[in-house]
Amino acid sequence: MRVLPCGTSGLLVELDALDDVLALYAALEDDPPAGVLDLVPAARTLLLHLDPEAGDAAAVEAAVRGARTRRGVRGTRAGGDLVEVPVVYDGEDLEEIGELTGWGADGVVERHTAQEWTVAFCGFAPGFGYLVADGDEEWQVPRRSSPRTRVPAGSVALAGEFTGVYPRESPGGWQLLGRTDLPVFDLDRDPPALLVPGARVRFTAVRAGS
Amino acid sequence: MTTALTVLAPGPLTTVQDAGRPGLAALGVGRSGACDRASYALANRLVGNEVGAAALEVTLGGLALRAERDVVVALAGARCPGAPHDAVVALRAGEELRLGPPEAGLRTYVAVRGGVDVPAVLGSRSTDVLSGLGPAALRAGDALAAGPAPSRFPDVDVAPVPEPAAGDVVVRVLPGPRRDWFTGAAWAALTTGAYAVTSESNRVGVRLEGAALERARDGELPSEGMVRGALQVPPSGEPVLFLADHPVTGGYPVIGCVVDADVDRCAQLRPGQRLLLRPAR
Repeated sequence: MRVLPCGTSGLLVELDALDDVLALYAALEDDPPAGVLDLVPAARTLLLHLDPEAGDAAAVEAAVRGARTRRGVRGTRAGGDLVEVPVVYDGEDLEEIGELTGWGADGVVERHTAQEWTVAFCGFAPGFGYLVADGDEEWQVPRRSSPRTRVPAGSVALAGEFTGVYPRESPGGWQLLGRTDLPVFDLDRDPPALLVPGARVRFTAVRAGS
Repeated sequence: MTTALTVLAPGPLTTVQDAGRPGLAALGVGRSGACDRASYALANRLVGNEVGAAALEVTLGGLALRAERDVVVALAGARCPGAPHDAVVALRAGEELRLGPPEAGLRTYVAVRGGVDVPAVLGSRSTDVLSGLGPAALRAGDALAAGPAPSRFPDVDVAPVPEPAAGDVVVRVLPGPRRDWFTGAAWAALTTGAYAVTSESNRVGVRLEGAALERARDGELPSEGMVRGALQVPPSGEPVLFLADHPVTGGYPVIGCVVDADVDRCAQLRPGQRLLLRPAR
């Protein structure tokens, strides 16, 4: 664990692996140190937003270093429920992803649906979860060299080691696998985001219109 | 809900802002809220509002309002000609309030006794221009309601506070989490030179023009959480200073962070103005 300076209102904790991030996030979310306003898990880091007036950064750092984390928190958050995401696999980049991975389009769909995924963190837009594969498959897909100016809401996409679902229409550089009708961000739901850090996800292939 | 104020003209950009939506970053929802928190809080305090009541954030003046009933308002932040500043104003039904363009500073806060009453989204009435959450920017003809008057009476009439500066602005900067991704020369350039504020700036951040900051190492940074006041350095080498609507996470390294107490003054910088970042002692 490395604690990096982040001004007078933040502490950035750098960890070795995503599982360590999820474990620390789970521990601090259950028992947040005084003066911590917000937690931002990411790929290798956990950012703590501090209240500059209330917080004692040294005390928060001590609490972080002393946090009781346990391993294997993947899938145990968000009630431990498995979120099923039905996908029509007709994305514009599916053929290209098949070539890039060497799996072919059918092979990509097979692998995408065969394993469970875990939401590592959210970012980019409200409710946009970055999901990592729980299986042994090596997912590494480059971003598109020129991002699309308009990616439709519900697009299921890949980039780097992550898969994700666009909560609303936006520009985007991820490779498009398909689309889902499942609303992943809904302001009338509590919490509004379906894909929250730690949640388990399984994608299922469905036919268009079903 | 009865209308308290009618918007006759919104100026270049007027949004509703409050203290924002802290606590939702893990869902990808940023805090947002007033860019210049101290001026926003002062305007609310002048009208006796509760902490966190929604107010109007006016960018470069131009806002014109008509009172539809007797209302109490107060302005703070950038001083706009034609409108009383840092003081409590009682508007009679039918009276108008017109904000001229400020001579210094960028953002003026108009608090209304009772708070601007628009539907809250995820616990806040703030417009987040990056995520699109919250109410739309004000348009001519909009009818604004105010909440019930708080039990507290305004306890100050006039607030003598320093106003936004017109010339160079000096703020304190601390090394950021990725200071070591940059050369010593880059840090020296950042903390001894001057950066000009560009017209690309908005509530997300102040885009700066000046010496490009040289990297000491290549490679991509895995996305990580960002704070208000962070100086993020995209491949161009020219830093962006993050304000209220900054992205929750970002993939470019942060070389330094402006001390939180100084970020409000950065939110008052106008295009063309110079920002001097100096090491915090």
